[in-house]
Amino acid sequence: MSTVSDISAAVRAKYEPVIGLEVHVQLLTATKIFCSCSTRFGDPPNTNVCPVCLGLPGALPVLNRKAVEFAGLAALALGCRINTTSIFARKNYFYPDLPKGYQISQYDKPLAEHGLIAINAEGRRKNIGITRLHLEEDAGKSLHEGFAESKEKTAIDLNRSGVPLIEIVSEPDISSPEEAYEYLTRLKEIILYTGVSDCNMEEGSLRCDANISVRPRGQKHFGTKTEVKNVNSFRFIRQALEYEIERHIAVIESGGKITQETRLYNSNEGKTYGMRSKEHAHDYRYFPEPDLLPLVVDEKWQAELRATLPELPEVRRPRLVAEYGITEQDAVVLTATRSLAEQFEAAAKAAKNPKRVANLVQTELMGRLKAKGLEIGQSPVSMKGIALSADLIESGTISGKMLKDLYDLCFERGKDFPVVYDDEGRPEQSRDTSALEKIVDDIIAANPKQVEQYRSGKKTVIGYFVGQVMKASQGKASPQIVNELLAKKLS
Amino acid sequence: MKVTEKDVSYVADLANLELAAEERGRMVRDLNSILDYIDRLNELDTSNVAPMAQVADRYATDNAKNGSDRFAYASRDDVLEGLRKSLPHEDALANAPQADGTFFTVPKVIER
Repeated sequence: MSTVSDISAAVRAKYEPVIGLEVHVQLLTATKIFCSCSTRFGDPPNTNVCPVCLGLPGALPVLNRKAVEFAGLAALALGCRINTTSIFARKNYFYPDLPKGYQISQYDKPLAEHGLIAINAEGRRKNIGITRLHLEEDAGKSLHEGFAESKEKTAIDLNRSGVPLIEIVSEPDISSPEEAYEYLTRLKEIILYTGVSDCNMEEGSLRCDANISVRPRGQKHFGTKTEVKNVNSFRFIRQALEYEIERHIAVIESGGKITQETRLYNSNEGKTYGMRSKEHAHDYRYFPEPDLLPLVVDEKWQAELRATLPELPEVRRPRLVAEYGITEQDAVVLTATRSLAEQFEAAAKAAKNPKRVANLVQTELMGRLKAKGLEIGQSPVSMKGIALSADLIESGTISGKMLKDLYDLCFERGKDFPVVYDDEGRPEQSRDTSALEKIVDDIIAANPKQVEQYRSGKKTVIGYFVGQVMKASQGKASPQIVNELLAKKLS
Repeated sequence: MKVTEKDVSYVADLANLELAAEERGRMVRDLNSILDYIDRLNELDTSNVAPMAQVADRYATDNAKNGSDRFAYASRDDVLEGLRKSLPHEDALANAPQADGTFFTVPKVIER
């Protein structure tokens, strides 16, 4: 990525970045927050619209209870305190994709406050405070190119107008682009666990603005901040922040002053640019929304929400490590999504030996996924498949070698374990001692030299015999029985 | 005088209003008279009265119920078109000053 100038590490170290993030998350309701139009993404433009979300005069908003429920769940998952009474407010500004001339949001009385997200900052746990979480409606979408009259005009699609959003505002507790990245990763993970949003950044269900300033280390008051908008991936946010930090330092070091402004990140160039905006564009003249009653989420409703809260990854990880004896790293992978974590636990519990399931995930699954460059969500072998394979090993039906071969076939064919196991005719390792005895006898007869070595004390030669027998039985023999037979016949 | 002509120009600008000089003068008078009235209200001690954002809060709720239930009547379930159908596409665009058959269109917006 490009940088403003070559700032030496020594100069860089004199300054401390201060970062706060504002994250907007679309809620997965079927209908919009104040009307019953569909929230579906990708429908033909301006087909999911009605007088309310078009901002036609006289149309009145009616609050979607599900949106409140989802926002409340997210708030609890982020450790926020829900305000029993919160107030909707109008945020007034003019933009073509905001037909009413105001956005219904919440201002001085948000739905929830005082949350936190624990992040891993250079190996240490650090809490990033969440100032507030509030409900609001999304605006429509402006298209600047890609349609017939795009030279002279901007096109407006109002399907998104009125889709429910939560805005999550962090405290300025973040002190590096890396921490910002980690905060966003954890935030997304938690929201995904609650199931209230798909957090799909390509479709705009999760959007992030970053406030950034730098100050000389040890200085109490904050430097002048800039706001970086229009960043559509966590990686780009990290890059944009990196760029802004260097730019701020370079301006200050050369005796200049940072102007408080909104900047856009251009990911192709790896640079931010100041937006030419009206000087008082930020005077939103908030006032209470007269068309909506106060939002009351009483103790009873809060308790109901709390009861539906799933076990969150931060709690689940150490429990999985303790219960199944897996490594912390694998616990992180297995808790990446709630569905995966639940599948894993269901499989482990259904299997005869839960630890064996965990073990197979670690030894057989992870490596193969890595070799193929697959995410665990794309694994051909499901958790159910792993449970079956674990049971087959546990009962001695198949050998470890056979299991490895079957897993290889699964990855080759892109099929789940139970399917491949059936396709292969439900193979079993040979436990038929009389057939094995014949093979063992033949091998002993064919290798007098090795027999001599064994009998003269070189017991490790038994490995050679086991290998030969396994080969002759096409991997179907039970290694345990082969070992027993060999020991008996060679002595 | 609390509100000056400069304040009026600023607020008018924020509201995308173009006011003639004579209109501005009238606004200065009206707004000051409103603020004078607010001053009279401020003579009352309201330190123990919760701010009220909405009169319906007090007069239009279902007082037989408590907590969230009092307000439940003014909310709805998440049911597709449960309240009102979305408009047919042509109807949605029909009264727009400009539309191209698919989108509403406005003069080119330049972001930077």
